[in-house]
Amino acid sequence: MSREEEIKKGLFDHTLVGEADEVVELTQEGIDLGMDPLDILFGALIPSLQEVGRLFEIGEYFVPEMLVAARAMQGAMALLRPLLVDKGAEPIGKVVMLTVKGDVHDIGKNLCNIMLEGEGFDIVDLGVNVKPEEVVAAVQEHQPQLLGFSAFLTTTMPFFKSNLAALSEAGLRDSVKVMVGGAPVTPEYADSVGADGFAPDASAAVRLAKKLMVDMGYDVSMGGDDSEGASALTTAVQAVEELMVKSGKHDE
Amino acid sequence: MNTVISSAKQTVVIGPEHPFVIIGERINPTGRKILTKQMIDRNMSMVCRDARRQVDAHAHVLDVNAGVPVDGVEPEILRQAIQAVQETVDVPISIDSSVVAALEEGLSVYEGKALVNSVTYEDERLETVLPLVKKYGAAVVGVANDDTGISNDPHERLRIATRIVERAADHGIPAEDVVIDPLALTVSADDNAALVTLETIRLIRENLGVNMTCGASNISFGLPWRSTVNAAFLSMAIAAGLTSAITNPLEAEIRHTIYAADLLMGHDAYAGNLIQAFRSERKRQQTSN
Repeated sequence: MSREEEIKKGLFDHTLVGEADEVVELTQEGIDLGMDPLDILFGALIPSLQEVGRLFEIGEYFVPEMLVAARAMQGAMALLRPLLVDKGAEPIGKVVMLTVKGDVHDIGKNLCNIMLEGEGFDIVDLGVNVKPEEVVAAVQEHQPQLLGFSAFLTTTMPFFKSNLAALSEAGLRDSVKVMVGGAPVTPEYADSVGADGFAPDASAAVRLAKKLMVDMGYDVSMGGDDSEGASALTTAVQAVEELMVKSGKHDE
Repeated sequence: MNTVISSAKQTVVIGPEHPFVIIGERINPTGRKILTKQMIDRNMSMVCRDARRQVDAHAHVLDVNAGVPVDGVEPEILRQAIQAVQETVDVPISIDSSVVAALEEGLSVYEGKALVNSVTYEDERLETVLPLVKKYGAAVVGVANDDTGISNDPHERLRIATRIVERAADHGIPAEDVVIDPLALTVSADDNAALVTLETIRLIRENLGVNMTCGASNISFGLPWRSTVNAAFLSMAIAAGLTSAITNPLEAEIRHTIYAADLLMGHDAYAGNLIQAFRSERKRQQTSN
């Protein structure tokens, strides 16, 4: 077996059991050896995550095992992303992203960031537990076209409304389009609080972001990135997302 | 220190020298599709069924939450759910919402001294929830986190709990009517989570002496043997000083472990409660066979 093949097998095996340090190390070694980042993703990491998902599906794997596998994958993606995204193009728009006040869940938001960045958006990530006044300050400072709110709890999603009210009060509501998402959020809820759109996952967030840009009269066709790298990134994000959706499933 | 809550017909005492109080968690639409749909349709049949079943399984208090993902309807649904539970069973109710208007609506129809679930250490929460608790003469669950989120430091959680008790006193609510939630997070995401909770419970017992309750089912999220993990946690938490929990009495393992822990803590003379519970379960099994 060549070293490249050993690396791929190692990446598959270590991701399967969530050994993040080993996965990051092997990914770096592969990159240094000049391996194709697409081969690292499609030949090892994504199949491994799919196997994790399958094992969870049949009741063999449990949530902690999914989380450590996803974490290992994210470590590798941090190294691969710069190689896959074309940094040369002009950003097609600016998005401020955040998890609302009282909420510290950020996996979903971070996946949206990766996908939006891959599609050519410039991302300003405010992190988690972001207060309405901080949202207002960030819109003033960064003047984005789009604003994304994430909430993972029914107890924190009312902050969508608080954020929107704070924006209106500051006279900024009409300067941005607002997208919302998160596990308990529904299109009806998004509508009822006065958001401009709802996305159930990261791919949908990209489609929504582009649609909102077009609604505002921007041309999103020139920027963006339809390269193989961007679509590989999409597949990788979807693999992680699928695991997260499965791990978050409640039992009735 | 004893916390006394009541319905029109029953009084429940939460306290370190009393049997552990089980607050039934099932009436909550989070993650329950059918219950969510029924609640949105103002259909309370599953609410009543869950109330009856949990009381049959020896819940002392029932938590009632109506947090459906529709904006603005929670107050009305919570009121209807509380009325339905009051008509179905005799136990006191823990009125559970993060929406102040819903808490008020629930309190306005409640007959007795309710447990309000909950308030966090955040100014706008404290200044809206505590006056309500005072107005209706209720007790309140104070959650040991503030607007910076949940700390992983037990000493910080104790500090926040202490401030909640002080703020309640400012509003004329005595310490015995504040039940602190030391916060139990899932060990799926952090294997240190239970240890932080247990240490917080010890610190609060030694330094504040107030009663405590917590959502004990979070701890096992995403794991196999969930009931066993919950039961093991509860038994450790009871030894550390937890005096009540919001949990699922329909799980035999949890229910039985709580009886056993009460006995081991010296709260069940001659194992009277444990033996009586055993007999009533055996009888129910025999009649259903």
